[in-house]
Amino acid sequence: MSTPAAVATAAPAAESQSRFEVFTYDDQIVRWFVIATSIWGFVGMLVGALIALQLPFPEANLGEYLSFGRLRPLHTNAVIFAFAGNSIFAAIYYSTQRLCKARMFSDAMSKVHFWGWQAIIVSAAITLPMGFNTSKEYAELEWPIDIAIAVVWIVFAVNFFGTLWKRREKHMYVALWFYIATIVTVAVLHIGNSLALPVGLFKSYPIYKGTQDALVQWWYGHNAVAFFLTTPFLGLMYYFLPKAAERPVFSYRLSIVHFWSLVFIYIWAGPHHLQYTSVPEWAATLGMVFSVMLWMPSWGGMINGLFTLRGAWHKLRDSVVLKMFVVGITFYGMATFEGPALSVKTVNALSHYTDWNIAHVHSGALGWNGFMTFGMIYWLAPRLWRTPLWSQKLANWHFWIGTVGILLYVLAMYTSGITQGLMWRAYDDAGRLLYPDFVESVVQVIPMYWVRLIGGLMYLGGVVLMMVNLYKTIRKAPDELPDPAVAVPRLTGAGSPGGDGASGDGQSTPTPALA
Amino acid sequence: MKRFFRANGAHRRIEGWPLVFTILTVVAILVGTVVEFAPIFLVGGAVQPLATLEPYTPLELAGRDVYIAEGCNNCHSQQVRPFQDEVMRYGPYSVAEEEVYETPHLWGSKRTGPDLARLGGKYPHLWHVRHMDNPRSTSPNSIMPPYPHMLTKPLDLDAIPGKMRGLRRLGIPYTDAQIAGASQSAQAQAREIAAEVESQGGPGQLADREITAVVAYLQRLGVDRARALDPDLDRAEPDVEAHEVEEVYDTMLDPGDEPPLLEPPVSEVPNPTTNLAP
Repeated sequence: MSTPAAVATAAPAAESQSRFEVFTYDDQIVRWFVIATSIWGFVGMLVGALIALQLPFPEANLGEYLSFGRLRPLHTNAVIFAFAGNSIFAAIYYSTQRLCKARMFSDAMSKVHFWGWQAIIVSAAITLPMGFNTSKEYAELEWPIDIAIAVVWIVFAVNFFGTLWKRREKHMYVALWFYIATIVTVAVLHIGNSLALPVGLFKSYPIYKGTQDALVQWWYGHNAVAFFLTTPFLGLMYYFLPKAAERPVFSYRLSIVHFWSLVFIYIWAGPHHLQYTSVPEWAATLGMVFSVMLWMPSWGGMINGLFTLRGAWHKLRDSVVLKMFVVGITFYGMATFEGPALSVKTVNALSHYTDWNIAHVHSGALGWNGFMTFGMIYWLAPRLWRTPLWSQKLANWHFWIGTVGILLYVLAMYTSGITQGLMWRAYDDAGRLLYPDFVESVVQVIPMYWVRLIGGLMYLGGVVLMMVNLYKTIRKAPDELPDPAVAVPRLTGAGSPGGDGASGDGQSTPTPALA
Repeated sequence: MKRFFRANGAHRRIEGWPLVFTILTVVAILVGTVVEFAPIFLVGGAVQPLATLEPYTPLELAGRDVYIAEGCNNCHSQQVRPFQDEVMRYGPYSVAEEEVYETPHLWGSKRTGPDLARLGGKYPHLWHVRHMDNPRSTSPNSIMPPYPHMLTKPLDLDAIPGKMRGLRRLGIPYTDAQIAGASQSAQAQAREIAAEVESQGGPGQLADREITAVVAYLQRLGVDRARALDPDLDRAEPDVEAHEVEEVYDTMLDPGDEPPLLEPPVSEVPNPTTNLAP
């Protein structure tokens, strides 16, 4: 495999007559996205902690603009689109350049993407507390912001595909497949679900009605989870995990099989959010069947991730990055087993509308998305700022209080969810409802809401430790951080310049070269 | 298959063609999308509205938009599933025929509070006013946020006709007369509600406040479905009478006594295994 020779500074000397091309990577944009990720992660989770407090302690509803109903969409939008969003952009901008051996297509587009996205987040943080919201879950932002999202996303897409276009590596590594799936599908989902008729500057009605609107919403809602919180993070895993473990990905064949089955099957599963509602029965059943099928492609990703560590498990002892990744991938595996289980009608009859769903999404969000992001940031920070991480010890504390925080959170919500489900359907001996007053089930789970708050605050505390660590690391970075320059052989003809890196048995996938 | 996967196999070639790869990905995601949506959109018109289904009145529409703005759907579902316990707890299960004018749908995904699809007529107007002002005054252990601003914020009547015109373009059958008379209609309905609240011993001068729109909307929920099941039904029987609301409210202000809970009466269906009524 052709390993590009890293050059310390950007000095494209003697480029013209050489067989080598010298170019630089844009790491500044990655630094920005990393910083934005940690700031918005803190903000989004702080709002999460506040609404977690509001449930057992309604006095924490601080007036019209800061009450639960308005802050809950702010929390979900902030953690999904601001925290996880900036995180995947950091991952994509860093890894795509290296996998393509090319600078991003356009620096200007990178900047438009970054600032446009931050502006969208700020506008969400203003409009949602003001009560401008469409009511559609994870698509609450009103139409002017929806249009801005579509525009910025298209800029991102052009920038990404432009980079693919001018790449210097013939084959696209598996991480890039997942980025492609992310970019095209999110565009389709966002536009499809947001079609609405404006009736005011910040008011619109969807063009869909009744059961159609519900089906479109959950086609979007479920696949936002699939293509915003799963596929880009799988791409992140495929790039950063082998890097951190210094091992090739376990199986090239498995990555092909699970990629195509995942993107094909995921899209069908949306109606499992609508079991026993007034949507057509066949649609909900189809959603359930495909959700159960989805278990295997999901575990394909988990297996490919965890087995990449074969022979390298001892490295976990010293690497907080690998610890984060392993816990993250394990939560991914658990959440993607739980998801198919929850989609089964008999389980769904109990679990739907309860806190069980809250446990499910948070094991995915805190465990998978959060820990993959933290692992990536701890791996990236020393490389982006060219100085060792300020404190490994603090990073280890982050890992442990974060892990315990997730466990407290999800165990509390499992208990609460199953309690609610059982109380709502409990009968007395005469066949009457045992708890006819709904509020009895509310009172019963309030202790669990406190435990959840403690778990959430621990997790948030971990993020604060990471921010301190990041800040201290950046403080001791060298004053000048020139873009890293690399030299690669010129790509001539159809062939790959230095072989494709696959071992002859077709089993292992080529690892990205260590920059 | 071996040829497909091996080091220089077919898939390896696709990996070198981003455009082909992207097109194949789009095809992969569109198959499921088309198979699931095509039947629903092609036969979308086959779902006939309930014979009793009427579009929301202008005031109810305004109230529904307040419900959306406040994010009530984050904690309250509006979808009764066809289970015995839900039918006993809430009322008749939800059907597609009552949803055809719902845009956006407000089914929700979480019951931090109870389902509201059958709320209409369960409580007197005054109960809702008190409940919005301070949920603990009517439901002592409730964890719902208070919405006192609904009692002071002016109701925006000017926006209603534009919203109705928009909804008509989306297929909600509002007539020209209804749109032209939207403001008057909303004001009349608001005055009626405000007068009833006042006569029940509640605060006065609410006719031009958001709260009347919210009450109008909440009192409408499930009414069309109830009428479809029982054509003689003019309005659902209230579970809680107005004087009971006052009694509870007074008790809450004077915390000396044990507050009586306002419980919806237990449904008298004797055996959960009997038919899923209705």
